Amino acid sequence: MALPQDSAPKFAEYAHPEKIVSTEWVAAHLDDPGLVVAESDEDVLLYETGHVPGAVKLDWHTELNDPVTRDYVDGAGFARLMSEKGIGRDTTLVLYGDRNNWWAAYALWVCSLFGHPDVRLMDGGRAKWIAEGRPVSTDTPKPAPADYPAVDRDDQRLRAFKDQVVAHLGQPMIDVRSPGEYSGELLHMPDYPQEGAMRGGHIPGAKSVPWARAAAEDATFKPRAELEAIYLGEAGLTPDDDVVVYCRIGERSSHTWFVLQHLLGFGHVRNYDGSWTEWGNSVRVPITRGDKP
Amino acid sequence: MTTPSVNGALHPRLQEIADDFTSMADQDRLQLLLEFSQELPALPERYAAHRDLMEPVPECQTPLFLAVEVDPDEVVHLFFDAPAEAPTTRGFAAILHAGLDGLGVQEVLDTPAEFSHRLGLSDLVSPLRLRGMAAMLARIKRQVREQRGAR
Repeated sequence: MALPQDSAPKFAEYAHPEKIVSTEWVAAHLDDPGLVVAESDEDVLLYETGHVPGAVKLDWHTELNDPVTRDYVDGAGFARLMSEKGIGRDTTLVLYGDRNNWWAAYALWVCSLFGHPDVRLMDGGRAKWIAEGRPVSTDTPKPAPADYPAVDRDDQRLRAFKDQVVAHLGQPMIDVRSPGEYSGELLHMPDYPQEGAMRGGHIPGAKSVPWARAAAEDATFKPRAELEAIYLGEAGLTPDDDVVVYCRIGERSSHTWFVLQHLLGFGHVRNYDGSWTEWGNSVRVPITRGDKP
Repeated sequence: MTTPSVNGALHPRLQEIADDFTSMADQDRLQLLLEFSQELPALPERYAAHRDLMEPVPECQTPLFLAVEVDPDEVVHLFFDAPAEAPTTRGFAAILHAGLDGLGVQEVLDTPAEFSHRLGLSDLVSPLRLRGMAAMLARIKRQVREQRGAR
């Protein structure tokens, strides 16, 4: 049974207000049956330092990825993971995390590949919860295993692979990395480990919109009008465009995917999770250097 | 990268830290890393008031600054600054501090470049983070070489 949506006026302006809740909403519903709150952070130790009381930890690195193949867990693996966290198929799952919900958005995108019916982000994430002086706990919940069916992952709708990106060249694409990564400047000094790509630059035609531009100072998403000014105005996208977003491994671009898909209501946005660590290492794919698309 | 000490032995202090980590179950390793992060010494005043004297480590995913001093007795002193919201980065800095601060120049330079992979953390934290720790070590060694060369 899905929990009610957050009726905050800011969210009502978004295309899919059912995908986002406020810290107030979470505080008010924390003990409701049918809700699981999960923290997913870039820093894998943050949860241990204190988290939303009752929240479980969802580790993007060790839990959402296949341990051997560069891919996500399969349907059985996802079902096992959800079950362990006490999440059923009808559970309202609210995700939050550090760094403007960057990794929480990534976890939400992965949950969306499995079509989890009700998964939402807590606007402002961990930083806002803590800034508001809300309670944190270091107790790790031990949920009773829930029933979760093995559902096949749907890689068609929300995910793009390299060959599809090659076929997509010339159509709308957003590179959400930092300007330095986009232009292809590299720090090249001996002994300084690099980011793991053989070539620097961006996919030809991709426009640069660093992901964090969608976030306000307090880590919340900007209001709809401001997001439209960035993505529809500056980047020239329209909601019926077929859009591919990418970054380095697909995490930062999940944040932008969430903005386009759920906040602005784009119909077809795919995240290219191979991103620069695949493209920048691939033989004979086209690359553009510099700050122009 | 050609590093002569790739398969070299660890200094006993580093070895002890590595043994502590690898003798534990996965979840306990994260807990130990958290404890390290809580024990990273605060910056002395001369750096706290002058972050510009410290070297940024952009390979870490969160802001980290380090400073290296080699004293007249060729003993290495290390100083790190990382925010509390970045416990993993702080933990790595604290491990290097616990393992290397107060060692001699050659002992620091002999530290294998892949030390970060000997803590049994590779499956628990992302490769990029471990690379951040390797970057800290590489920068420490470079500064130690430069300062020794400047004498």
